[in-house]
Amino acid sequence: MALDYEESKTKIVEKLTKKAKTKSKFYFSDLAKILEAKPREAKKVVNKLVEEQVLELWSSGSTSMYGLKGIGKQASAEQED
Amino acid sequence: MAKHETPMLDQLESGPWPSFVSDLKQEAANRAANPNNLEYQIPVDVVEDILGVLELSFKHGRTHWKHGGIVGVFGYGGGVIGRYCDQPEMFPGVAHFHTMRVNQPGAKFYKTDFLRNLCDLWDLRGSGITNMHGSTGDIIFLGTRTEQLEEIFYDLTHKYNQDLGGSGSNLRTPADCIGQARCEYACYDTQGLCYHLTQEYQDELHRPAFPYKFKFKFDGCPNCCVASIARADMSFIGTWRDNIGIDQEAVQAYIGGELNPNANDHGDRDWGAFDIQKEVIDLCPTECMWMEDGKLMIDDKECNRCMHCINVMPRALRIGQDRGLSILVGAKAPILDGAQMGSLLVPFVKAEDPYDEIKEVIENLWDWWMEEGKNRERLGELIKRQGFQKMLEVTGIKPMVQHVQEPRHNPYIFWKEDEVEGGFDRDINEFRKHHQR
Ligand code: HEM
Ligand code: HEM
Ligand code: SF4
Ligand code: SF4
Repeated sequence: MALDYEESKTKIVEKLTKKAKTKSKFYFSDLAKILEAKPREAKKVVNKLVEEQVLELWSSGSTSMYGLKGIGKQASAEQED
Repeated sequence: MAKHETPMLDQLESGPWPSFVSDLKQEAANRAANPNNLEYQIPVDVVEDILGVLELSFKHGRTHWKHGGIVGVFGYGGGVIGRYCDQPEMFPGVAHFHTMRVNQPGAKFYKTDFLRNLCDLWDLRGSGITNMHGSTGDIIFLGTRTEQLEEIFYDLTHKYNQDLGGSGSNLRTPADCIGQARCEYACYDTQGLCYHLTQEYQDELHRPAFPYKFKFKFDGCPNCCVASIARADMSFIGTWRDNIGIDQEAVQAYIGGELNPNANDHGDRDWGAFDIQKEVIDLCPTECMWMEDGKLMIDDKECNRCMHCINVMPRALRIGQDRGLSILVGAKAPILDGAQMGSLLVPFVKAEDPYDEIKEVIENLWDWWMEEGKNRERLGELIKRQGFQKMLEVTGIKPMVQHVQEPRHNPYIFWKEDEVEGGFDRDINEFRKHHQR
């Protein structure tokens, strides 16, 4: 069954906001777990969340992580906000 | 007069080798002189500052680059790697120094005007410093500011019909050998398959959702010019399943010295007369060649397609006619667990458009790895952790002799109950009739 986008968005935003104090970056698999979905299904939702700029991507070059847009040190430290 | 004193870097120019320090100084001087009157979009002294920050790192024995970043172009999760200097006041030219990966044309096959266009774009909107080519194969643009990313991406895609490559936890830019375009050893169209899969898996290439990086590389034959067997999570290596073609007359021409071995690659020195026994037959790893009544014989069922004999005598020996490719999986460099070479998964498959059988293997592997792979675990590590047998199960491939590296290495292949006729139940009374306690 396809995931409901709005419902999924609420789940992700709630969970990530709750954790924001201690953790600002999440692996893709963490998001799939929050959605309780198969990776391929979760990916559709996550892509859309990035597109709508709810989430943003961080990359070390080799690893990618997701976080709520503007949360965490990176953005302000690098004058990218 | 250089902007920063760089005594330690200067020392690197003193050896007999070409030096990247000399290259950087040359580019710094060129940028300062600005012979083409460019309206530089990032600081003119970016290259000076690169030299300066590197000298400082040598002095401190520590890097002055921060790790990673959130920058990218809209709609893509890869292709741009954020890099920031942690001493931006001292080195404003490299306060931002983002890398962009440009998906190289198939087989790195392009003309000088293409290259000139990319370099002009990069002189204008970036540092002018490139890396041709990165280990993944990409054309690498080293160093630009965040504001320039979308501008560069627009020009690349709209003017030069050129995409960004992969970075981060996604499918990396697929790389291939020159294949049938120039090479008579190519057993399949490497550029065809590379391009097809690049198009097919755009989403995997640009939007990261894998546990870690994933690489495809395509070699047209076991000579492995792009070293797929050592560097790719999935290596596609050309092979054949019939016989090596032999032109006995040409064999005689090699023996008689009319043809030079290895296409005269070693012709700059006199190595003495060609000795087919010593240089070909005795070096065949499977010992499947011999001379009989002046004819070269090959026991093809023993041949493991090492390519040696064909490389030595290309005019006399040909790859077979029934061609396709082998798929190997799990190669990687040593971050966790040490380096690993690819393991053979599919001994032979025909490589023909639309490549459905190949895509089925790929997608089965991805489903498994995306579900079961730990964060930052490469496919090769998952295969080791859950076992080759597990991979066979998820891909629906039957175990076969080609999967066995050597006998008795690991004899423990376990049967499942549904694979055994009659299951694991037995009639104990029937059994006791024949076996005493
Ligand atoms: C032509 C006859 C045989 C040959 C060529 C042969 C060969 C071998 C070889 C090469 C090994 C070593 C395998 C290894 O450790 O990697 C071995 C192990 C062994 N053989 Fe034989 N064998 C023969 C007959 C027998 C017979 C008749 C018996 C017993 C009735 C026997 C019992 C064993 C046992 C118990 C081992 C150790 C198994 C293990 O720990 O893996 N073999 N044999
Ligand atoms: C289809 C027949 C057989 C199978 C599947 C089989 C399987 C095995 C296995 C899996 C082990 C290793 C157990 C362990 O991990 O310690 C083993 C050990 C052994 N087997 Fe068998 N076995 C068979 C027949 C035989 C026969 C016919 C003999 C002797 C007449 C034999 C003698 C032994 C001995 C002596 C060992 C111990 C070897 C050692 O500890 O070094 N096996 N066998
Ligand atoms: S890998 Fe084989 S087919 Fe490809 S370029 Fe090298 S020798 Fe030719
Ligand atoms: S390709 Fe290699 S294994 Fe096959 S016959 Fe030639 S030398 Fe022997």
